[in-house]
Amino acid sequence: MTPAGESGERTHDDHIRVAFERLIPSDVREIEPIVEQVTRECRVLALSARQCALNVPVALTEALSNAILRGNRGMREKHVRVRAVVSDSALVLEVADEGTGFDLDACTIDPTSPGNLEREDGRGLFLMRSLMDRVERYADDAHNVVRLTLNRS
Amino acid sequence: MSFSIKKQGEICVVDVEGQLIVGNRQELKQKVLDELEKGEKKFLIDFSQTGYIDSSGLGVLVSLSKKIREQGGELRLANLNDDLKTLFELTKLDTLFQIADTRERALESF
Repeated sequence: MTPAGESGERTHDDHIRVAFERLIPSDVREIEPIVEQVTRECRVLALSARQCALNVPVALTEALSNAILRGNRGMREKHVRVRAVVSDSALVLEVADEGTGFDLDACTIDPTSPGNLEREDGRGLFLMRSLMDRVERYADDAHNVVRLTLNRS
Repeated sequence: MSFSIKKQGEICVVDVEGQLIVGNRQELKQKVLDELEKGEKKFLIDFSQTGYIDSSGLGVLVSLSKKIREQGGELRLANLNDDLKTLFELTKLDTLFQIADTRERALESF
């Protein structure tokens, strides 16, 4: 996995406290158990209560949902890879699907504008960006990877 | 997630237990729409036992709000904890819904 250091955030004395990796089929019923596992690890590793109750579960659910439904088009035979690394400075989550990816910068809907408030969709990426310190996308071995970084508070 | 719908006077009170997310929000939507179709007009959704809500859960609440309003009904939300309140504030959905701190206040507001 590409360590957090490659994005320039990790210090030399930052050490990894847990690494977690799972491969799940593209089924939305897989989301809640995985999110629970990751959140539990975050609690044990003393991320803040707010981060464990809100930021991590919601942002990870959004990323998994996108990977399953959009990236893998809900095809159960395709898989989503979830990686989580908690260090002294941050949590880094990576969600990889088998799709062709999308341009994060092109997703510019503001769901909070008055004209969009009554839309039923369009809040997923907004929530990831609001709840995580950084949201990035890259391609890796024929996978589309979304990386979410949350600094410890 | 599990939820229960109980009548309290004229009001359908829905308790959402667990998470309201992509895998289960359709079930909530259908159950409320079933009650709407039976002629129920007043709905209160109580989140005191809800962990978190994702964007599709929020989308279902927006959808229900519209449909209930179109039928001349009313929807209230109650018992959002601080984390859920933050979610509604971030998305500005706190301006779209009538949200009460307690079930009792929500019931009185109809």
